[in-house]
Amino acid sequence: MAALSSLRVAVPQLDSRRTLPCSHFGGAGCEKAFFRCQSSKLLLGAGCVAGEKAPRVAGGGNVRAAVSASKAVTEKPNSGSKSDKADLLVTKDEGLELYEDMVLGRSFEDMCAQMYYRGKMFGFVHLYNGQEAVSTGFIKLLKQTDFVTSTYRDHVHALSKGVPARQVMAELFGKSTGCCRGQGGSMHMFSAEHGLLGGFAFIGEGIPVAVGAAFTSKYKREVLKEEGDMPVSIAFFGDGTANNGQFFECLNMAQLWKLPVIFVVENNLWAIGMSHYRSTSDPEIWKKGPAFGMASAHVDGMDVLKVREVAKEAVERARRGDGPTLIECETYRFRGHSLADPDELRAPAEKAHYAARDPIVALKKYLLDNEIATEAELKSIEKKIDEVVEDAVEFADASPLPGRSQLLENVFADPKGFGIGPDGRYRCEDPGFTAGTAQV
Amino acid sequence: MLAAFGKNRALVSSLLRGGNGGDGASAAAVWAVSKRFMSASGDSITVREALNSAIDEEMTADSKVFVMGEEVGEYQGAYKVTKGLLQKFGPDRVLDTPITEAGFTGLGVGAAMYGLKPIVEFMTFNFAMQAIDHLINSAAKTNYMSGGTINVPIVFRGPNGAAAGVAAQHSQCFAAWYGQVPGLKVLVPYDAEDARGLMKAAIRDPDPVVFLENELLYGESFPVSKEVLDPSFTLPIGKAKIMREGSDLTIVTFSKMVGYALKAADELAKEGISVEVVNLRSIRPLDRETINASVRKTSRLLCLEEGWPQHGVCAEICASVVEESFYYLDAPVERICGADVPMPYAANLERLAVPQIDDVIRAARRICFRKQDKRKATA
Repeated sequence: MAALSSLRVAVPQLDSRRTLPCSHFGGAGCEKAFFRCQSSKLLLGAGCVAGEKAPRVAGGGNVRAAVSASKAVTEKPNSGSKSDKADLLVTKDEGLELYEDMVLGRSFEDMCAQMYYRGKMFGFVHLYNGQEAVSTGFIKLLKQTDFVTSTYRDHVHALSKGVPARQVMAELFGKSTGCCRGQGGSMHMFSAEHGLLGGFAFIGEGIPVAVGAAFTSKYKREVLKEEGDMPVSIAFFGDGTANNGQFFECLNMAQLWKLPVIFVVENNLWAIGMSHYRSTSDPEIWKKGPAFGMASAHVDGMDVLKVREVAKEAVERARRGDGPTLIECETYRFRGHSLADPDELRAPAEKAHYAARDPIVALKKYLLDNEIATEAELKSIEKKIDEVVEDAVEFADASPLPGRSQLLENVFADPKGFGIGPDGRYRCEDPGFTAGTAQV
Repeated sequence: MLAAFGKNRALVSSLLRGGNGGDGASAAAVWAVSKRFMSASGDSITVREALNSAIDEEMTADSKVFVMGEEVGEYQGAYKVTKGLLQKFGPDRVLDTPITEAGFTGLGVGAAMYGLKPIVEFMTFNFAMQAIDHLINSAAKTNYMSGGTINVPIVFRGPNGAAAGVAAQHSQCFAAWYGQVPGLKVLVPYDAEDARGLMKAAIRDPDPVVFLENELLYGESFPVSKEVLDPSFTLPIGKAKIMREGSDLTIVTFSKMVGYALKAADELAKEGISVEVVNLRSIRPLDRETINASVRKTSRLLCLEEGWPQHGVCAEICASVVEESFYYLDAPVERICGADVPMPYAANLERLAVPQIDDVIRAARRICFRKQDKRKATA
């Protein structure tokens, strides 16, 4: 444990630049650490040393030792010289896929802002600009049969998981062609087909639901004896949620029952206007995992390749049946909490610092510097995404509003749930029921 | 509650001869004996046995059904409703949870969204207040919010309402709270037939069901027909039952108060007041048709519930009757509810805080414009 005593534990500075010099990959008892620097060189791996296998476990019991060594992120010159292909973190296809997904997220959210100010979108809209690396880094490793739960900041999680941009935009416009037929809205994106279990407005709500889906994965394998890969679940939530009771309840249960779930904290330092450091006794959220015997990691969430590395480990651990992981991603939202937030409390210096670490710019630089892709290819992706987003807006504009009858629909899966009508028959059998003329 | 625990614990350990759920064989043997007894005579079973057998049969029929809650496994259930299930189905399907209502309720909802059929037990529904966010926001609203694509086939069950001497934080009736929420089905069984039929219907139902039992009814025995004991017996959700036909006054009530109403009806029959007792069985959907048809027949309504009066179930029933059957009423609608106070502890105060049979009788006479028992010649 000698190494730990030499780590500087975070003493937050009020200028809100993070001064956490080290991050720590592993469960209880790990002696080596990731060293993380705060410049954009991080993406290229300058000065970073990967964590190695945790030698022992604190507390014993049925806590497994932490992860096996992740691939070392070695020094890479950022001067643009060609590197050995074998050292690259992504193949060309993967790199382009990641780029496309992040650009889709960014363009979509920018379009949402435009549409909101034009009155096409309404209510609460929370945008994800700046955090794309987390969504892309994790979700692009998942299959369609895996699950994701999110918060109200869920548009980009939906897009990364595969929900078509048209359906998401139509849902935001409140049209009947939306992924939830216009009945959910910005904060409640659901898609049974793509394994998106919400979209929850209350923070912390999605965490137990993801744990439940993980429970079902395990149950189906062990009790129902179903074959195939174990579907994993990922719960995305923020720094504010990490103080909520449900979060801790779920860390306990997930580790206790070794469920295939990954807890991803998108620590963007702010919960509306409440700074993470003002509300949290120990701001290092990843440290809460080892208290439950859970493997934990802290990763730079502005770097999609780093996120992807850590995510791969976590997903593999979950699929193997070795249990959950808690991953804290240091990230930042470029816009306010929602489109109604004047965003006055965040220091301009902090915003500028993170704007310089824009994940899309960083990935683009990596792809170009390492000659994985050409400028032209990236430009064509950007153009394609522009068209996709324009098309989504046109589709949503042209789609019809839900009919009057839709008001009473979908309250129950079993339509008899409205009970028995005046004529003694079930209300749902009344022909006037869905025409909006039946009395309920 | 401590008294109940002590009694139950003594009973269980005497049955199991000294082991805390230790000897699975003897527990199963005890259960087998009592089951054989039940099916042979087909006479009467307790509400507890009714619930246990319903859950047992549904778990046998569908391996996606599982039970989770505090003390449901090794302790055999805080109120012994899940007795024997751990021994029969194993720890994968009968889960003892940590004391984390919000967490495990949400977990149940997530499992249901993905395709299992959880039965989540709350030790009492008072504790469900720690999980009410998931009951309402994730369970009840999800089918609607997802445009009908994701349903939540989950059952939340547990004792509701006042027990005996358990004081304010353990005695609240939640029928009105859950009954208000669209997307939930709220069931309130009274006797063993209700318990069996409604529990099976609830487990098979594709929507979230809040199943409000009553601790004091668990030990009560009711006669049941052979049909009720059949594994495929279910009751329709949303249909009330006329427990007793009458012509002078309709008493609408649910859960434990049905028993009080029936006893009051017996007394009132001796005075020549013929009372019709409607057992709601279901708070949501509310069977307004049965209620109104009965009131149109008798012209008088008395609603009875254990919960608080303001915004209670009785308020909704009165509103429904006044809206739909106003011109049939011969007297103002009346409700008897629990006193508008948190439940006191002292035994005499507790008796005052909850409707008693005498209250029902007095109210019935008042509604029928009888000042006193006409049989009494002396004042």
